[in-house]
Amino acid sequence: MAFFRSHVLVSVDPECLKRGAHEVIDALHDELVAQGLIDEVQVLETSRIGDPVFYGPDMMVYPEGIHYANLTPDDIPYLVEEHFLKGRPVERFRAQERLVRDEELRPPQPKEVRVVLRNCGVIDPNNIEDYIAEDGYMALAKVLTEMTPEQVIDTVLQSGLRGRGGAGFPTGRKWQFARQSPGDVKYVICNADEGDPGAFMNRRVLEGDPHAVIEGMIIAAYAIGSRQGYIYCRAEYPLAVKTLNIAITQAREFGFLGKNILGTDFSFDLEVRMGAGAFVCGEETALMASIEGRRGEPRPRPPFPAVAGLWMKPTNVNNVETYANVPQIILRGPEWYSSMGTEKSKGTKTFALAGDVKNTGLIEVPFGITLREVIYDVGGGIKDNKGFKAIQTGGPMGGCLSAEFLDLPIDYESLTKAGSMMGSGGLVVMDEDTCMVDIARFFMDFTQEESCGKCTPCRIGTRKILEILTRICEGKGRDGDIEQLEELCTWIKATSLCGLGQGAPTPVESTLKLFRHEYEAHVYEKRCPAKVCRALISYEIQPDVCTGCTVCARNCPTSAISGERRQPHKIDPDICVRCGICMQVCNFNAIVIN
Amino acid sequence: MLKQITIPENDPVAVPEKRAIIDQILEQNKDLPGGLMVILNEVQSQIGFISEPMQLYIANHLHVPVSAVHGVVSFYSFFTTKPRGKHTIKFCMGTACYVGGTPQLIDKARQVLGIEPGETTSDGLITLELCRCVGACSQAPVVVVDEDTHGRVRPNKFPQIVRGLQENDGK
Ligand SMILES: Cc1cc2nc3c(=O)[nH]c(=O)nc-3n(C[C@H](O)[C@H](O)[C@H](O)COP(=O)(O)O)c2cc1C
Ligand code: FES
Repeated sequence: MAFFRSHVLVSVDPECLKRGAHEVIDALHDELVAQGLIDEVQVLETSRIGDPVFYGPDMMVYPEGIHYANLTPDDIPYLVEEHFLKGRPVERFRAQERLVRDEELRPPQPKEVRVVLRNCGVIDPNNIEDYIAEDGYMALAKVLTEMTPEQVIDTVLQSGLRGRGGAGFPTGRKWQFARQSPGDVKYVICNADEGDPGAFMNRRVLEGDPHAVIEGMIIAAYAIGSRQGYIYCRAEYPLAVKTLNIAITQAREFGFLGKNILGTDFSFDLEVRMGAGAFVCGEETALMASIEGRRGEPRPRPPFPAVAGLWMKPTNVNNVETYANVPQIILRGPEWYSSMGTEKSKGTKTFALAGDVKNTGLIEVPFGITLREVIYDVGGGIKDNKGFKAIQTGGPMGGCLSAEFLDLPIDYESLTKAGSMMGSGGLVVMDEDTCMVDIARFFMDFTQEESCGKCTPCRIGTRKILEILTRICEGKGRDGDIEQLEELCTWIKATSLCGLGQGAPTPVESTLKLFRHEYEAHVYEKRCPAKVCRALISYEIQPDVCTGCTVCARNCPTSAISGERRQPHKIDPDICVRCGICMQVCNFNAIVIN
Repeated sequence: MLKQITIPENDPVAVPEKRAIIDQILEQNKDLPGGLMVILNEVQSQIGFISEPMQLYIANHLHVPVSAVHGVVSFYSFFTTKPRGKHTIKFCMGTACYVGGTPQLIDKARQVLGIEPGETTSDGLITLELCRCVGACSQAPVVVVDEDTHGRVRPNKFPQIVRGLQENDGK
């Protein structure tokens, strides 16, 4: 195989073609020949790099990862001479970063390290050759030709990789169990149910780099001795399902899936199965029940899936991100992987940063980074220069951490010790205007509704907690409510059947611990310090600031606002439902909350 | 044996074209392990709902008790037993959207359409629904209109969305 020191990916999506992408490619080819570089620089076509309307025709140069945009054939001779001959990137042809319109996935921010996300937004997910150009399926080839299953498992063990689905179980150990389980038929499952609100890391990987997940699954299948795998994807992600199906078809065509993979006697195939909107199906035993075509109800473990899983056969279940790490670990070695992170949490983790932070979106950082670094360096700080109040980690079964935890290093153990958890990677930042009791109520509302109802503590207990929290938010809290909440939390946690019930009290427990004064203000003073709970606040228009523009009156859903044009308006508190729309639409900040 | 139920004449199993769709889905997936979920997902997406007669029909074809089919249909929130409106507007109730203003949007919707989430307008045009995080949190609050995700929807933008659907329908 020829060794190229540079790869150039030129976008040939329809818009770029219209703007002359082929002419650019021809010019590039001619110039590389003319300058004697054609054996060193490989030109590949890809479907889309940046938004073609802004950038087309554009290209990406690797290994530097430089994005050149708005190119014409006339630019090419200079570009080739400077960049490829003299090794000097040409600044004036580079894409202007500020034009990048992908709000979910920005160019890497300070302190980010991209392993799982390395290809997202860079390659065309619908073209397997793009993935192959990024060393795709090289790890699979290495595993099938040079390694025994035991060596694969050892490598994963040494890397220190832990499950990214929430619990952080060592992946190598899990594979070992599944390998050692007796049985001819074994299954490999990818958990792509990503149900935590606020989390969309898995979706982006599935949509942006599906082959990394598929390759990871094939390697896992080889390691444990499985011939059939399933990817269980939630129904809310139709694009991910479509992308996966295209990727699977292409992988079959290239001989990476199916019978006798890469000419060896190892065979394995994959199928995508869709969920139908049940959060609990993210729990592995419920997930397997769902694949079997039944109600997605969890069952007690043991037996663990590695012993009796799908159709009672030994089964390995891992998260999307867990699998996506595997090819890189095989290729770059376990030492490389374990050099990142902390003592017990190795490698990197993707997070979906959301809420009141300036740069929301996906990030990938090494374990051990502090919450402060994530919020202020990667996330750019709190929006509108407000104060930080809390950060929610771990989804509906995680907790809220206050400012005193900002210097906590992010890893599995530290977050658990602080009273929250890693979860799948949602990070919701909350500013000073957030009411923590309301947030606790919100999460309880979620878990209460998603409780599958099979076990009593979870079904009844969550409802009871929700009742109390609702009462508190409505200003009807009673003496003893706070204590009762604490009791209920302890009881539900100890007696529930699956992780949903066991984790459901965490948001309440953590807010009770760190923001107890807010609960007390609601219960004893009938006051919502953050001015959120509708029953405890009222809106008022400041007459001296109001210009009488009428925008609030027109937007009020209950017509509670009256007033003449150009005259100060007034809110009728009896009609007002305290939705806050008026405050959002007012251009003069004339509306205040009491 | 067969549970006796009266089948309304407009039920998909009584309409030949619709029944052909169901038959095809059943035929394609009848030997698939765990095929019931796959079949129900397909039927829901192609017909739009899974009525009681349809559940019975599917159960008979798969030789499973209708209670098994009903148990699955009622468990998953994506499956509905009644037809939805022609268009569905879903409000994301995920954390980011909830904090980002979904409750205000619902207030606005109530004012504009006069219905609650879970209900359909009397002309059968629009159904309002609440949904779980759709994974577009960085654009909170998010509203999903049929298949399209709209981000950063402010309450005063909501009437435009409704008008868009109404005008499209007029054409
Ligand atoms: C209620 C509940 C929901 C869960 N949701 C998910 C999920 O959406 N995605 C996921 O990968 N794991 C989820 N899990 C964890 C899985 O049960 C399982 O531990 C995980 O898929 C194992 O993969 P890993 O070892 O790669 O983390 C959930 C667990 C519980 C109790
Ligand atoms: S919370 Fe609405 S898209 Fe995630």
